[in-house]
Amino acid sequence: MIAITRRTLLTAAAASPLAGLRVPFAGAAEPPRVLVLVELNGGNDGLNTVIPYADPAYARARPRLAVPRDQVLPLDERLGLHPALAPLLPAWQAGELGIALGVGYPRPNRSHFRSIEIWNSASGAEEALQQGWLHRVLTEAGTPANFTAQGIVLGGPEGPLAGSALSPVVLGDPRQLHEAAGLPGAGAAGAANPALAHILATRARLQGTAREIERRLRAGPELTTVFPKGELGRQLRQAALLIAAGVEASVFKLQHSGYDTHARQAARHAALLAELAEGLAAFRLALREAGAWRRTLVATYAEFGRRVAENASGGSDHGSAAPHFLLGGRLRGGLLGEQPPLDDLEAGDLRHRLDFRRLYASLAGDWLGLPPAPASLGRHKPLALLA
Amino acid sequence: MMSLPAILPVLRCLLLAAAVLLPAQAAALAPEEARHLLARTGFSATPAEIAVLAGLSRPAAVERILAAAAAQAAAGAVTAPPGWTADGPPPRAAGLSEIERLALRDRLREEGRELKAWWLREMLATAAPLTEVMTLFWHGHFTSSLAKVKAPNLLFRQNALLRRHALGNFATLLRAIARDPAMLLYLDNARSRRLAPNENFARELLELFTLGGGRYAEADLKEAARAFTGWSVDAASGAFRFRAAWHDGGDKEILGRRGAFGGEEVIDLLLARPETAETIVAKLWRQFVSDEPDDAEVQRLAALFRDGGYEIRPLLAALLAGDAFWAAENRGRLVKSPVDLIVGTLRLFALPPFDQPGGDARDLAWLSRRLGQDLFDPPDVKGWPGGTAWITGASLLDRQALITRITGGARQADFFDRWAAALPEPWQDASAATLLLLPLQPVDAAVLDRRTSGALLRSLLADPVYQVK
Repeated sequence: MIAITRRTLLTAAAASPLAGLRVPFAGAAEPPRVLVLVELNGGNDGLNTVIPYADPAYARARPRLAVPRDQVLPLDERLGLHPALAPLLPAWQAGELGIALGVGYPRPNRSHFRSIEIWNSASGAEEALQQGWLHRVLTEAGTPANFTAQGIVLGGPEGPLAGSALSPVVLGDPRQLHEAAGLPGAGAAGAANPALAHILATRARLQGTAREIERRLRAGPELTTVFPKGELGRQLRQAALLIAAGVEASVFKLQHSGYDTHARQAARHAALLAELAEGLAAFRLALREAGAWRRTLVATYAEFGRRVAENASGGSDHGSAAPHFLLGGRLRGGLLGEQPPLDDLEAGDLRHRLDFRRLYASLAGDWLGLPPAPASLGRHKPLALLA
Repeated sequence: MMSLPAILPVLRCLLLAAAVLLPAQAAALAPEEARHLLARTGFSATPAEIAVLAGLSRPAAVERILAAAAAQAAAGAVTAPPGWTADGPPPRAAGLSEIERLALRDRLREEGRELKAWWLREMLATAAPLTEVMTLFWHGHFTSSLAKVKAPNLLFRQNALLRRHALGNFATLLRAIARDPAMLLYLDNARSRRLAPNENFARELLELFTLGGGRYAEADLKEAARAFTGWSVDAASGAFRFRAAWHDGGDKEILGRRGAFGGEEVIDLLLARPETAETIVAKLWRQFVSDEPDDAEVQRLAALFRDGGYEIRPLLAALLAGDAFWAAENRGRLVKSPVDLIVGTLRLFALPPFDQPGGDARDLAWLSRRLGQDLFDPPDVKGWPGGTAWITGASLLDRQALITRITGGARQADFFDRWAAALPEPWQDASAATLLLLPLQPVDAAVLDRRTSGALLRSLLADPVYQVK
């Protein structure tokens, strides 16, 4: 009789853990720049992340949720970080942490699904597009000669990478690489059936990418940095390994879940922010050690922030604009844009001050070297992100 | 003389009778057609199940499956649930010491695992798999999760509710789910009150459960949220409780109508809109036919559904008897869900979920989760996206590993040899056996022999075509 158990499945799936890593790129040209997108899934409470602590309207709007002023980590005389974000302070002091303030879009949609679709595709609030914004920019511009058109998804759906331009590969578990490299490569040719064509195309792409990644990892460095436990720490560690090894991918997509804090938010949100900050701090250390930090840039995004006023359940409901983090070795750190004022709200929500497509245009243009101000991102002028 | 509305049902019967007389409808099912119907309405098709349906007409075969599923839904699950599911009140952490709290957390985690394993055992054991397919369909539509609700007994009761109405009446199901304690906790309505309405339930009621996104205004949902204030859960009994003092009895304007609406009236308004039936029909199309619903057919079936008072069984009968369901281009056009793959394979070969000390159906629940379908814990309120989204690089590898585990090694080779040898004579032909396991011709596997063998079956299971249904 046949036993299907967890242990035996893992044995089959995990034939070869990633091991025996060595030094890469002796004498080779510097590998391409890498963009790491971290989705804060559920909609992060921006006001309790980057806190307008000096504004009395903040504590008034949140009798139970407001972080006490003496616990806020001040960034300047008006804004400060939630105390759980303390692990990010060294990067802030080194000028490697940027905070884009009040990021959002006009006529904000407060549905998780619709709004993340808007963020993923960089569409307007009223148009529905299937493909991710990176696919759209690359399709519009044509892939530049020196650009690696490969994306790797380590958490959640393909999101901003969706579409063919980045050939996104979803790799949930590093132990599966070896299995993937050994797959049959039969392609989708001749499959009229879209379900089967999808399976065959996924398989062929996976096999090709896995073979390439294996080859790179064999030559890559070892990481000594300890990452926090949990799903985000696992994804960040995996991304660090792949980047340090010079795996040819220009975009990584990660996901940190749990931000939809409608009830009893305080402790949960603090734990989420601590996990995020510790993870990003470890990521920075690991890539500095590997000599890859100056070609790496991390950006967070989410479908929306939360309402200004707390709700009656000790939580916060879906809102609009929110701050987002940028982190990188060549970044010009500091605050980007301005904090939306608490006395000029739109239906109880912050008015956005920075269009998310302008931030995207900066990531694509200033960082990835794609053409500036593409039409697919609304012709927004890029911000100067780099030092 | 009958009025037009009165004559409509008669006309419909006549049309149905005419449809039955059409050649394709009346012809006896070929084995691969019986297999198609079984694989889509159940988890797999065994030779014995195919033998029962082969020879029936399409409508007769569909009717037979629907009748069995409806009877089972009314009778309830065949597998005994864990003992704790009978408990009344939801667990409460308030007032507990730290040690008690940790003990409660461990207990709930254990109960959650038992609940997931129980449902998988039910899927394996039932003689009417469509009951479970439809219960799972509604679980993916009216989502709630253990992770949020933290009360396995309430999730069990919700599962029983979904099964009871699985092939019954959608309007009744919608009214019941709006009072379901697990749902009220999952979407935060249990805390919603007049002075601080929580919009979460009202939003998903409009966007996901009925009308669909973009078919209402933000103002409609804010007003709907007011109408559901006070729809709460009694902490002592775990039952629905209307808290009159929390309810906002004022006038609301919803979807162009004005009145002192309560939750019941909001549901009536939603059921009166054509979009609601379209949402459900399109979703059932994706479940049973293809990822690309035919708009005209969806409109036609939605009108039938709404005019028929939202009865689910006749809708399924019309969908499954329709030309699109049987069309050649729609065979093998749906990706198997993780549950389809796991439960279907075990049912087909009559494999037990466990056969060694310490192993049990919990391992299957773990497997399903790893493949992307964690029962009682959908990824978010939208449920499982399904379709081609089931297949990522990672899940494809895990599916391959599962098949390798089932087919690889000497003991397995022996098992499949014996299974192949025991097949009835028609399936001893290799090309017939190919159609038993796969909806289309294989991509990798080469069918070189004329006779079925264990080795052939194993290579067919490993073929990518085994991942579609």
